[in-house]
Amino acid sequence: MNWLVFSLIILLGGLTINVGLARSPWHGASFVRVAIPLVFGITLITLWEGLVRAFDVSPVILPAPTAVAYAFAHSLDILIIDFRQTVLKGALSGFFIGTVVAIGTAIAIDRWSFLTRGLLPIGNFVAALPIVGIAPILVNWFGFDWQSKAAVVVVMVYFPILVNTVQGLRATDVMQRDLMQTYAAGYLQTLIKLRLPAAMPFLFNGLKIATTLALIGAIVAEYFGSPTRGMGFRISTGVGVLAIDLVWAEIAVAAFSGSLFYGTMALIERRVTFWHPSQRK
Amino acid sequence: MRNLAPVLVILTVIVGIWYAAVTPMNIRMALDQADRAGFNVVPDDARGRRDVSVWVLLANNQQHIGSTFDLERSRLPTPTQVGRELWKGTGEMALRGRALSKRSLIYHGWITLQSTFWGFLLGVTVGILGAVMIVYSRVAELSLMPWAIMSQTIPIVALAPMIIVLSSQLGIEGRGVPKAIISSYLCFFPVLVGMTKGLRSPNISQLDLLMTYNATGLQAFLKLRLPASIPFLFTSLKVGIAAALVGTIVGELPSGAINGLGARILIGDQFGTPLAIWSALLAAAIIAGVLVTLLDLLQKVTLYRMGIRA
Repeated sequence: MNWLVFSLIILLGGLTINVGLARSPWHGASFVRVAIPLVFGITLITLWEGLVRAFDVSPVILPAPTAVAYAFAHSLDILIIDFRQTVLKGALSGFFIGTVVAIGTAIAIDRWSFLTRGLLPIGNFVAALPIVGIAPILVNWFGFDWQSKAAVVVVMVYFPILVNTVQGLRATDVMQRDLMQTYAAGYLQTLIKLRLPAAMPFLFNGLKIATTLALIGAIVAEYFGSPTRGMGFRISTGVGVLAIDLVWAEIAVAAFSGSLFYGTMALIERRVTFWHPSQRK
Repeated sequence: MRNLAPVLVILTVIVGIWYAAVTPMNIRMALDQADRAGFNVVPDDARGRRDVSVWVLLANNQQHIGSTFDLERSRLPTPTQVGRELWKGTGEMALRGRALSKRSLIYHGWITLQSTFWGFLLGVTVGILGAVMIVYSRVAELSLMPWAIMSQTIPIVALAPMIIVLSSQLGIEGRGVPKAIISSYLCFFPVLVGMTKGLRSPNISQLDLLMTYNATGLQAFLKLRLPASIPFLFTSLKVGIAAALVGTIVGELPSGAINGLGARILIGDQFGTPLAIWSALLAAAIIAGVLVTLLDLLQKVTLYRMGIRA
């Protein structure tokens, strides 16, 4: 009963703080913009803790955040091994290869507008397909280790990046290209000095979508066979042996690496496309 | 229609590459089978063949190249094989009057479609309600928006087995509910973002005009904000339905589902029947295409009726 009262107080308290902050005269200040979602998140997690304790929920169904934090701290070595296997080896290498190949294809195909017109509808269609389904096939082709995970990631990130880059390369207008012509710039110079920079906002759009897809691909591929490490492996076996707190710790790592990956990409975008209207303050 | 010719050309190129890849992908398996059947193969033992590259094998065993296109469990089946398998699972079953038997892909596609539909409905509802809250309340905007963005950077597949375990522990029968939750998780975000943009799209002078009409907040919402958001809504619905289908299939992949296209992929993997995987994938692609096209048509009709030319 006490815990139920505690949860209610936390919920009301958190909401009151947020309403107060949002109505206060500093609601535009940057620290409030960070503080409000933070308070909201802390409220939710404390509420989770309180409710689990209030209703005495079995740790097999839903462990309390403190139990997850305990599992996190005590299996740090396992988590680091899994992180290295899934994120660094599987997702990042696949993301890198996929990006390079997609940008290369986009630049190559961009010289013929006929091919571009054919590729865009197909690319858009493929980007909407449930490509994760090819994971078992690629695991069969490339074996159980990280190579097959990277292959799944390559296929998953390829089309969003390709479509966005192709669109970006077409983003320059006639006036700008004419200007390059009057400078007597060749194809390569126009590409490097005008069209690639102009394509960057589009490219980063695709890259940000691809960060999430990369992690999804790497984890799903591990459900279809992996060496005895990796986040997907740990999650699927953890569910089997009811080590639910460890599973939640893995989910926390996945959430953290996903956000970090996305955040890094957004930061690089800000640096590269500082001139774009959406990035100006 | 201007793009029809280029699309067809690209499709032909893709299918061509696919066919070209079939022979090198399958030659080892084809030679193993030919060897076992007593045909003459160079080199004539399995170990010798393992040490030789695919291209050398191809050059030395040209009489066996034809058989690479017709293997039962090939590493890479031909498009024809996949198409035939899909027809076996759909059209042929339907012709024999067993369209809804558990062995037909129509049945499994229907299961997947149902979960996709409920997930889509749930996701769209959550997305629209969230957008309304965000547009009307600054607290909601400041607290929800960062978490909505965060939620999409969390790989849902990590959560999927947990959602399935949780809902079965809570006494929810069947796998329809967890699958729908997973698919709504992927599908609410584009709707939320699109609707927020759409509901905010009326400009100040339009809102001011309604103010001079003495319109209430609800009237302003129904007569101005909501209609103005419809084009945005349809764009995000098209993204959302594709995401919902992906979510359902991801929800069917981990841990022991029996029904649905994702489960067909899983079972095809466990029983070593690649053709089952490929035909389920093709079926999923067809469903995705049909759903997006339907929404596209609905968008065209609705916008035309509303007098907005897209």
